[in-house]
Amino acid sequence: MKIIQAPCTTMQKIKEKGIDRSVTPPIVDAIHLNISLPMYEKHVLSNGVELYLFNMGTQDTMMVNWIFDAGNWFEEKNLVASATNHMLKNGTTSRNAFAINEHFEFYGSYLNRNCYHETAEVTLHCLSKHVQELLPVVAELINESILPEEELEIYKKNMQQRLKVNLQKNEFVASRMIEAYLFGEEHPYGRYSREEDYSNLNQPEIKEFFNRYYKNGRLVIFAAGVLPKNIVQQLEASFGKLPLKKHVGPENNLSFHASSEKKFRIQNSVDGVQGSIRLGRYFPNRKHPDFPMMQVLNNVFGGFFGSRLMNNVREDKGYTYGINSYLMNHIQTSALMVSTEAGKDVCEPALVEIYKEMDRLCNEPISEDELSLTRNYLIGSILSELDGPFQVAARWKNYILNGLTEEYFYNSVRIIKEVRPRDLQEVAQKYLNKNEFYELVVT
Amino acid sequence: MLDNGLRVLVHEDHSTPMAVVNVMYDVGSRDEDPHRTGFAHLFEHLMFGGSVHIPEYDAPLQLAGGENNAYTSSDVTNYYVQLPADNLETALWLESDRMLSLAFRKKSLEVQKKVVCEEFKEHYLNKPYGDVWFKIRGMAYEVHPYNWLTIGKELGHIEKAELDDVKEFFFKFYRPNNAVLVVAGHVKSEEVVRLAEKWFGDIPAGEKYFRNLPAEPKQVAPRRKEVEAKVPLDGFYKNWHIYSRLDPRYYAADLITEVMGGGGSSRLYQSLVKEKKLFSNIECYHFGTVDPGLLTIEGKLIKGVSMKQAEDAVEEELRKLKESGIEEKEMVKVKNRTEAVIMFEDMNLMNRAGSLAFYEILGDATLMNSELQRYQDVTADTILEQSRIIFDENNSSTLHYYAKN
Repeated sequence: MKIIQAPCTTMQKIKEKGIDRSVTPPIVDAIHLNISLPMYEKHVLSNGVELYLFNMGTQDTMMVNWIFDAGNWFEEKNLVASATNHMLKNGTTSRNAFAINEHFEFYGSYLNRNCYHETAEVTLHCLSKHVQELLPVVAELINESILPEEELEIYKKNMQQRLKVNLQKNEFVASRMIEAYLFGEEHPYGRYSREEDYSNLNQPEIKEFFNRYYKNGRLVIFAAGVLPKNIVQQLEASFGKLPLKKHVGPENNLSFHASSEKKFRIQNSVDGVQGSIRLGRYFPNRKHPDFPMMQVLNNVFGGFFGSRLMNNVREDKGYTYGINSYLMNHIQTSALMVSTEAGKDVCEPALVEIYKEMDRLCNEPISEDELSLTRNYLIGSILSELDGPFQVAARWKNYILNGLTEEYFYNSVRIIKEVRPRDLQEVAQKYLNKNEFYELVVT
Repeated sequence: MLDNGLRVLVHEDHSTPMAVVNVMYDVGSRDEDPHRTGFAHLFEHLMFGGSVHIPEYDAPLQLAGGENNAYTSSDVTNYYVQLPADNLETALWLESDRMLSLAFRKKSLEVQKKVVCEEFKEHYLNKPYGDVWFKIRGMAYEVHPYNWLTIGKELGHIEKAELDDVKEFFFKFYRPNNAVLVVAGHVKSEEVVRLAEKWFGDIPAGEKYFRNLPAEPKQVAPRRKEVEAKVPLDGFYKNWHIYSRLDPRYYAADLITEVMGGGGSSRLYQSLVKEKKLFSNIECYHFGTVDPGLLTIEGKLIKGVSMKQAEDAVEEELRKLKESGIEEKEMVKVKNRTEAVIMFEDMNLMNRAGSLAFYEILGDATLMNSELQRYQDVTADTILEQSRIIFDENNSSTLHYYAKN
C-alpha cells in the first residue's frame, strides 16, 4: 500500500498564503481515542424470554427485534424455515395479509422478516409514539398466524420466478456455490434453493415448523432507540404470557461434507461480459483466539477501500469495480472469503494477483506505517459503527447470539491497538495459504 | 458564504463523537455534452486519484480514522467524509486541496476508465434487464439530457476520455462558487468557519456556470417500444412525465407513488400480485430529479399472463384512482409513511449533511425543515386532479420487455 509521504519541504513553490498544503494537519491518533461500548438494560419477561433494551438516540424513532431459534439450521426440509418466516405476515385468525400490511403501514412502520442460518427474525421500525398500536399485532402474528394455503401458493410461484431471474446472474450463482463447496449441500450453511424445493413446500410442514419454532419457540428480544417509559410493561403485556421460551441457539454442531475438489469453473451465461470470482476457506468461529487478529489482517488484505486487494486489483490494474474479503458471520464456524466481479478476460489474471497478495502477507511483515493506518482506520470505523442506537444494538446482538460479552469487545480493541507486524504475519502463514482455498469463477 | 462563492453550512450535533464533511458540486450527468456522456461520473472516480499537493486521498484520511465515499446523479455530484470529530481538519485539508486542483495523472485516468467500464458491465450489461433504463430514458426524453444515464450512453464515450477533457471539466464545474460545503456533527460553528476560511478561502472562484438545458417539450402522443432479450420473465415498464423537485405539484406526485406502490397494502400490489395474480412483483416509484422526472410502474409478469392482460389490469387500477381518488384512511397512511421515512433518514448524520447540501443546491437549505409540512398540505382533491393529469396515455412511454424463448 502507498502511504502518504512525510511532509515534503522541497515543495516550497506551491505554498500559498502562508498555509502549506503539503503538510498534513496534526491528528489525534485514533488509537488514543477512548472507545466504550454502551451497555444495555436487561429484563426477563414472566415466561423467561430475555429482553435487552438500548434506550438512546435523539430522534423519536425505535426498533424492536424478535430473534427466534428458527433459522434453516432447524428445518428438516429445504426452504421450510425461510418460507415460514416469510409467511408470518400473511394471515392470522382475525386478519388477512392485506389487513396486516395495512395496519403496519398505516402507522408508517416497517415490519420485516429475515431468515438466516441459525436465527430467523422479525424486526419492527416505527416512530416511538406508535409502538403501542403495533406490539399487540406482532404478538398476534407470532401466536395466531394461520399460514394460508393460497398465500403459500403465491409465495412459491413468485419465489420460483425470482429464482429464475437470479440464476441468470453470475454473482448469485457464484455466492451460493462457493458455500456449497465449503460446507456441503446438506449443511445449513451450504444448502441452496432449487425450483423443485419450492414446489415441494406444503402447508402442514410449514404449520408444524411455525408451531414448534415460533408459537412455542425460543427467542430473545432487542429494543433500541428512544423508548417509551413503559416499554417493558408493553412488551410484557403482549409477549410475557405467550408460550415462548428463552433463546438457546443451536445445541449441536453439524458435520460438513465439503467438496474434495477445490477449483471450479462454471459457465453460466454465454454472452456475459464479466465473471464472478469467489475464494473461500474455513475459519474458526468468534470464540477462537485468532479471530480478532484475523479481523485486523483481513482489513489489510481486502477489508476496506484502502486494502491491498483494492489497491492492486482495482486501483492499479483496473480489473474490477470492487473487490473485498470478509469473515462470514456464522455461529458454528466462520469462513474467510474473497469476492469480486471482473472483466471476463481478466478473471484469471485477477486470481493471480489475489494469490500474490496472500503470499506477500505470508512472506513479508507489513510496515509500521501500514499497520498504524489500519489501526486508526479500524478504530475510527468502530467509533462510527457505534454511533446510533440501532448500531449499538446490532453489535450487542452479534455478541449475545455468539455467547460473548463486552470482554470480547475490549479485547478486540486492545488487539487492534497492540498487534505487531509479526503477529499478523504468523496469522497469515496459518490461514492465507493458497492451497486451502476453494476457488470458483462463474462466467 | 466565502468570498470565492463557496457556501458553507454548519450543523452542530453533540450527541455523536463524529464529524461529517460533505462537499456537493452542482454538476451531474445532465450537464454533459451528449457526445461525451458518463463524464461526470468518471470524473468522480478521478477525484480520488490524488490532488495537487496530496499524492493520495484515502491514506491520510484512513490514518485519521475516517471513511469516505461519493456518488454522481443526473443532477449533482456529492463527496462525503465521516471521521472522529477531533480530526475534522484532515477532511477539510483533503477536500480543499482537491477543489484547488487535481493532480491530473495519466495513469489514474487510464485505470479509472477501466474501473468505470467494469462498473458499467457489472450493473448494466451483465444483468438480466440491465439495459432497461437506457431504452426508457431514450424514449421518454427526446431533447433533455435525462435522455442518458449517469453511467453514460455507451462504453465508447468513457473509453474516449482524454486528460484535456478532464481538465476542462474540472475548471468549469469544480469551482468553489459551484459547490456547497456542509460540516456536521460534534463541531463548533466558529471553529468550522475559521477552518473553512483557512483551507478553502484562497481557492480562486471560477467563471459562473449558467445552466441552460433544453427543456423537454410536453409529450403529446403515447410512445411504445417492444424488445426481446434473453431473460426468464416478461417485464412491463410504463412511465409518465411528472414535475421538477421544486414544483409544488411534486409532493402530490410523490404521494401518488405511495398510494399505488408503497408497501404490501398498496393498490397495485394488493390487486395485481395478491388478488389477480398477474404479476410476481410490481412497483411504483419516481426519481426525485431536479428537472421534471418520470413516474414509473414496473413489474414482472407471471408466466402465462399476456402483456395485454397485464397492462389492462394496471390501467384498470389507474382508472379507479382517476375516477374516485383516495380515501381518507389511505391519505393518513401515506402521510404517516412519509413522516416516518423523513424521521428515519434524519437519524443518520451523513444523511442529514447530504440533505442540507442538496436543499442548499436547490436554493435554500431551510426547505429541509418545511418538507414534511408540504406533504401534509396535499389534499385528496390535489391527488385526484394530479392523477388525471399524470396518468394520461399521451404522457406515457411504455416498454414491453419480452423473454426470448
